[in-house]
Amino acid sequence: MSILLDKDTTFIVQGITGREAVNLTKECLDYGSKVVGGVTPGRKGREVHGVPVFDTVAQAVAHHGGPIDGSVVTVPPAFTKDAVLEAIENGIELIVVVTERIPRGDVAEMVELADMRGARIIGPNCLGLIVPEVCKMGGIGGPAKDAAKAYQPGRVGVMSRSGGMTTEISSSLTQAGLGVSTAVSIGGDAIIGSAYAELMPYFEADEQTEAIVIYTEPGGRMEAQLAEWVKDNNSRLPIVAFMAGKFMDDEEMKGMSFGHAGTIVEGVEDTATEKIARLEAAGIRVVERIDEIPDVVKEKLGATA
Amino acid sequence: MRFYEYEARKIVELAGVPVTKYGFCTSAEEARKVAEEIGGPVVIKSQVLTGGRMKAGGVKFADTPEEAAQHAEEILKLEINGHMPRGVLVDPKAEVKQEYYAGVVWDGTAKKPLMLFSDMGGIDIEEVAEKHPEHVGKGHVSNLLPVSDFEAKQVVAATGVTGSQLNRATPVLARLARLFRENDMTLAEINPLAELTDGSFVALDAHMEMEAEAVGRQKKLLRKELGIAEDDTRETYEPSDFEKNVGAIDAADHRGVIQGKDHGFTGNLGLVIGAGGGSLTLTDAVRNQGGQPANYSEIGGNPSVAKACGLAKEVLEKDGVEKIAVMMSIVSNTRVDIVARGVIKACLELGKDPGETIAIFRIPGAWEDEGFKILEKYGVEYCDRSVSMWEAAGRAVSKIQGAPA
Repeated sequence: MSILLDKDTTFIVQGITGREAVNLTKECLDYGSKVVGGVTPGRKGREVHGVPVFDTVAQAVAHHGGPIDGSVVTVPPAFTKDAVLEAIENGIELIVVVTERIPRGDVAEMVELADMRGARIIGPNCLGLIVPEVCKMGGIGGPAKDAAKAYQPGRVGVMSRSGGMTTEISSSLTQAGLGVSTAVSIGGDAIIGSAYAELMPYFEADEQTEAIVIYTEPGGRMEAQLAEWVKDNNSRLPIVAFMAGKFMDDEEMKGMSFGHAGTIVEGVEDTATEKIARLEAAGIRVVERIDEIPDVVKEKLGATA
Repeated sequence: MRFYEYEARKIVELAGVPVTKYGFCTSAEEARKVAEEIGGPVVIKSQVLTGGRMKAGGVKFADTPEEAAQHAEEILKLEINGHMPRGVLVDPKAEVKQEYYAGVVWDGTAKKPLMLFSDMGGIDIEEVAEKHPEHVGKGHVSNLLPVSDFEAKQVVAATGVTGSQLNRATPVLARLARLFRENDMTLAEINPLAELTDGSFVALDAHMEMEAEAVGRQKKLLRKELGIAEDDTRETYEPSDFEKNVGAIDAADHRGVIQGKDHGFTGNLGLVIGAGGGSLTLTDAVRNQGGQPANYSEIGGNPSVAKACGLAKEVLEKDGVEKIAVMMSIVSNTRVDIVARGVIKACLELGKDPGETIAIFRIPGAWEDEGFKILEKYGVEYCDRSVSMWEAAGRAVSKIQGAPA
């Protein structure tokens, strides 16, 4: 099985006529995903790689003739909140927000409405999610043939604050013969729709997933939240973590942002050192080197088998 | 974006929170005039974007306008933690009965603003929370529903404050929460919030930070109300020439994104790396294997040859750079061949041999076969995804350490 997506998942692309969105739509279609419509206000009647374009989400839903499962939102930051609210209010329950540089207040508004309506947001500032050989929702992994090279079906769930590193890590798991159950690029901002701890229950319930790999960075407290979740829930899944950006612990890097908007050390809790200590205290193995991940996962799987 | 105290006080004033009759001055003469208008003992406070000004001598009391002018003169010349003051704030010396703390911050886990209140003001709230948790009230506000006064009241009451103090403090905290949301703040603090001997409440000091992503839509507040110039970005440090040059190259071409930083980096190995997470991973991998990065950089979103070339040139021209390492996590959008062309072009234009200058090229992914072909032609060592980011960084480090200085 998988989490959040399956072979029947239908989704639309909001902002579908933008340059990046056109590529993303083609990539998803080539991968076998069911892109059932697109929305760009004022562009109703056009087609993008055979996908019909509408002015509103409601029109897309009416054309589809029933509820649509998801939406990939890739519109400029000033319009993102409205697009996401439109998706939620039209019954869409899984929303991938690709756009970056959205003010935190807007993200928090979308997430609060999603919570009220039972919808889930992935991102913003993310590449989406992929279930190898089943469905790809977003730019994750790139063109279908590249995605196939990095993502083969398997036993490991991946969650990453970096879109590129989601593919890098998944590729190493694929090369090692472990494969990937579902990989989620969760986004690099300070406030995101779905942090590690919020996705853990899905992986926990997914029989195919036998272990979790997370890629993490300084800034925020979602690692502490994950550590708390693991302690409170007696999870069956071994977790292997990799922490990038240790150099940011240097005194002269304080207050500087690297990589992603959310990657900034503001308080003591935010540093790489502090986060590693918290994860390890919860029994999560934090590897020093990126290339150790597959071996440590194998070791953990051997121990639980 | 950070604000000076005089701006932060203006922001709370605009939100309806009472403040004292303060004056912002940039000369001793102005300070004298403001002190005369106030007519009584005053405080002169340095306006700097750094903490610890009290300890550094940036806050002084004066009984007469002459004394105020004299203190202003000294404080205007006083550098604090490497910052020169923008001016001084002249404030009436308040008759304080009790100091409180009112603040709003983001709770990233709950994804909501968090109101904080304490009846132990004037000191660091984190210290109070740790030592006297019963003196700190907390409460979230919705992002969707309007902030109601009762929500602030509950937070104030949680600290045991009652009577007229409760009724005076409640609207202050509620207004602070509203301004936090409306003005896209990431931090809004009044500390101390003072109860004066006459029973009134005033904000004696305030600290505000606005989210960088929201600066564009807060023009009314920033430009009109506060008169902050567009180029006054309030960076935590002055950008270096390298950082400015890379920024200019990036701005000149809309295709792709490049970023460069060298604040705090002094090594000999130039890094032409990407993307966001890849750059963090690679910088650590170089340092943890004994390498000394000359800079940090990020390539993303499929830049043009000119952009990749521009970044590589800037890195190569930095003092002390002997070689560059060109590395990224697996790319799906950025094209390997374009980056390869760019970095080779940079070497050639600077009269350097690409095979000698590029210690390693490790960018697997889109258009890699085309890229590798070009690299081969110029004798550049490259590798695909079978070589990990750690190993690629290690190869670059060992090459530069074996090279003559």
